[in-house]
Amino acid sequence: MFRIIHKRQLSDAVFEMGVEAPAVARKARAGQFLILRVDETGERIPLTFSDWSAQEGWVRFIFMRVGATTHKLTHLEVGDELADLVGPLGRPTEVGSGRVAVVGGGVGAAVAYPVARAMCAAGDDVTVILGARNSELLILEDEFRALPLKELIVCTDDGSAGRKGLVTAPLKELCEAGALDHAMAIGPAIMMKFCAATTREFAVPTTVSLNPIMVDGTGMCGACRVSVGGETKFGCVDGPDFDGHAVDFEELMSRQRVYVDDERSADAEYSKGCSCHL
Amino acid sequence: MPELDAHERARSFDEVAVGYDADMALAEAMRCLQCANPTCIAGCPVNIDIKSFIGRIIDGDTKGGVEVLKARNALPSVCGRVCPQESQCEAACVLAKKGEPIAIGRLERYLGDSDLSCDIDSRCKPDVAAPSGKRVAVVGSGPSGLACAGELSRLGHAVTVFESLHEPGGVLVYGIPEFRLPKQVVASEVDMLREMGVEIVTDTVIGATYTLADLREELGFDAVFIGNGAGLPTFMNIPGENLNGVYSANEFLTRVNLMKAYDFPHHDTPVWRGRKVAVVGGGNVAMDSARTALRLGADEVFLVYRRTEDEMPARREETHHAREEGVQFKMLCSPSQIVGHEGFVTGMTATRMELGEPDVSGRRAPVCVLDSDFVIDCDTVIMAVGTRANPLLSATTPDLGLTARGYIVADEDGATSISGVWAGGDIVTGAATVILAMGAGKRAAAAMDRWLRVPG
Ligand SMILES: Cc1cc2nc3c(=O)[nH]c(=O)nc-3n(C[C@H](O)[C@H](O)[C@H](O)COP(=O)(O)OP(=O)(O)OC[C@H]3O[C@@H](n4cnc5c(N)ncnc54)[C@H](O)[C@@H]3O)c2cc1C
Ligand code: FES
Repeated sequence: MFRIIHKRQLSDAVFEMGVEAPAVARKARAGQFLILRVDETGERIPLTFSDWSAQEGWVRFIFMRVGATTHKLTHLEVGDELADLVGPLGRPTEVGSGRVAVVGGGVGAAVAYPVARAMCAAGDDVTVILGARNSELLILEDEFRALPLKELIVCTDDGSAGRKGLVTAPLKELCEAGALDHAMAIGPAIMMKFCAATTREFAVPTTVSLNPIMVDGTGMCGACRVSVGGETKFGCVDGPDFDGHAVDFEELMSRQRVYVDDERSADAEYSKGCSCHL
Repeated sequence: MPELDAHERARSFDEVAVGYDADMALAEAMRCLQCANPTCIAGCPVNIDIKSFIGRIIDGDTKGGVEVLKARNALPSVCGRVCPQESQCEAACVLAKKGEPIAIGRLERYLGDSDLSCDIDSRCKPDVAAPSGKRVAVVGSGPSGLACAGELSRLGHAVTVFESLHEPGGVLVYGIPEFRLPKQVVASEVDMLREMGVEIVTDTVIGATYTLADLREELGFDAVFIGNGAGLPTFMNIPGENLNGVYSANEFLTRVNLMKAYDFPHHDTPVWRGRKVAVVGGGNVAMDSARTALRLGADEVFLVYRRTEDEMPARREETHHAREEGVQFKMLCSPSQIVGHEGFVTGMTATRMELGEPDVSGRRAPVCVLDSDFVIDCDTVIMAVGTRANPLLSATTPDLGLTARGYIVADEDGATSISGVWAGGDIVTGAATVILAMGAGKRAAAAMDRWLRVPG
């Protein structure tokens, strides 16, 4: 079983959780993910590592409460156990590209953090652009400040923290200044799409970390199909990182919506019997 | 064998074939001629002593019959249900020539189930040899891995099975549906292996959580058996395949069987429940998908296959069941495009085919009829057009010899290019059958046992 040893609420609906999983922690690399099941009737959901310790044998992830499964997850406390946790899955993010901008939007910051850390460790020159709707939703700012970054640029839609505006504005400035060898965008599909569109003009190679719907996470089902450069790839084993200039984001966003009605009804059903007000 | 009524069962996940009771089993067994030179045994890929177990049923010695079965086959309740007996033992039965062969599969199931119905202490448990002091890792808990693990453990070795999913059983739990093979049957068989001392570790991907080298170097296993199956789904590479409502059979069946999406929202995993479902393919996997779609409430289910029913690789019993339940067969049709609206499937374009000259497989090859495209109105498409080897493990095992198509190269005994590593089942043969996978696991276990006992 996989015991929860850490839980922290980062904003209204965003939580960080640490789980004992020594074998997984030993192999985890930045950009990889795990799949967990909350309980015996739970679905398998992929979550990217936000941190891990091989030595202490734990992994961490950050999640936003969006449906029944993540809702259930918010109700687990330190000492409780997850039914299942498997990983590390997917390919690690490539590091060593030189001057890099890492864009983390919303909960995507959770993935951007170990990625930026790994890039720093590889000697890259890393600028991080953190974006959120407002200051309350901004996460991990302190953790990023503790990394040897070239610069940390914070953006919020309403200007309640950092610059007012979208992450694409500072990204474009960096491109214009010729300050980038590579860009990496992690966040909602729509944000990654616009980041890729921004860098395309300047021919700055751009990696995006995709989050298609998954079941097994090992290449066995094809639920995670994404179109990249006109070819079908499996997000879980060929990715999750892909060339942002070649990804069909419209298809990705459409495929992410298949089960919205089911998810809504499942969450409504679960919330009926739940006293919390999340 | 008694079956649930076709209309009633087509909406339910209950098992279709109800099974023999003691009287029926006895009556069927009595038909057996108990031949001096039984031909049926050679028809069985693992050479079960069929004559003897039927003899035990005739004598009223159920326990003895189970023992005969278990000496050759660790999972009789599974094989009794899913083996293609009509082309194996039953085809070789002398009575087959005169009409109706002995229903060997049903008798096997009868014995297997009577064993499963006992509590675990009174079940037939193979004698386990004295501990050899050797440890073996088995990768994958499908039929090949389970058979290999059972056999090695019987021979006295300490066995640990590593499974990437959260439940052991391989295709038996994620692929073959409940109405054909109740998951409880698989779980009980796995319980017996645990009882024999086999350790099963789920949620562990070899090639990710541990590499094959880790198993030996870090975890100290003396030998490894790889039975990771051929689980990578293929698609047709036609336009529209990534529309919502297009599934690989693997995804569709996994959602419904392993994740129990038919019980949504009590189980959390959803599945798209189409009203009009087109299943592409002609094998068991296609039949299982079509019959599952009916049970999820589809109004119409079409089976789209490019040859004719005679060429379909599915078992006769399965095509018969599918037709009886209302699956509509659209033969000699090949899909050319899937069309959609706002991201969701609305139909599939197909081309009519006709049969030409026999191809390399000996089956008459389908050829397109010019300008014959037509549209099948549907909101779901399930692709059951085959699987390939999954490269997850082999990609991290550079020394492992592979065929051009990524399958593991192994000899008769399952020995691979790496000393101390064996392989068997679908990952060696390509998608085949439960019994062939079990046979391979068992043969490898015997070879591994010999290798492990060489002093040195
Ligand atoms: C829908 C369907 C219906 C079928 N119906 C029949 C039938 O009626 N009769 C019949 O005889 N045959 C049938 N078959 C075929 C039969 O199920 C297979 O031939 C058989 O299961 C192969 O066994 P296996 O042990 O080689 O692999 P599998 O059963 O595929 O098991 C492999 C296991 O290994 C695990 N695994 C894979 N990679 C790793 C890894 N890297 N690390 C750890 N674990 C891993 C997988 O999760 C899986 O559990 C059917 C197949 C399908 C898909
Ligand atoms: S999640 Fe099943 S293949 Fe990627």
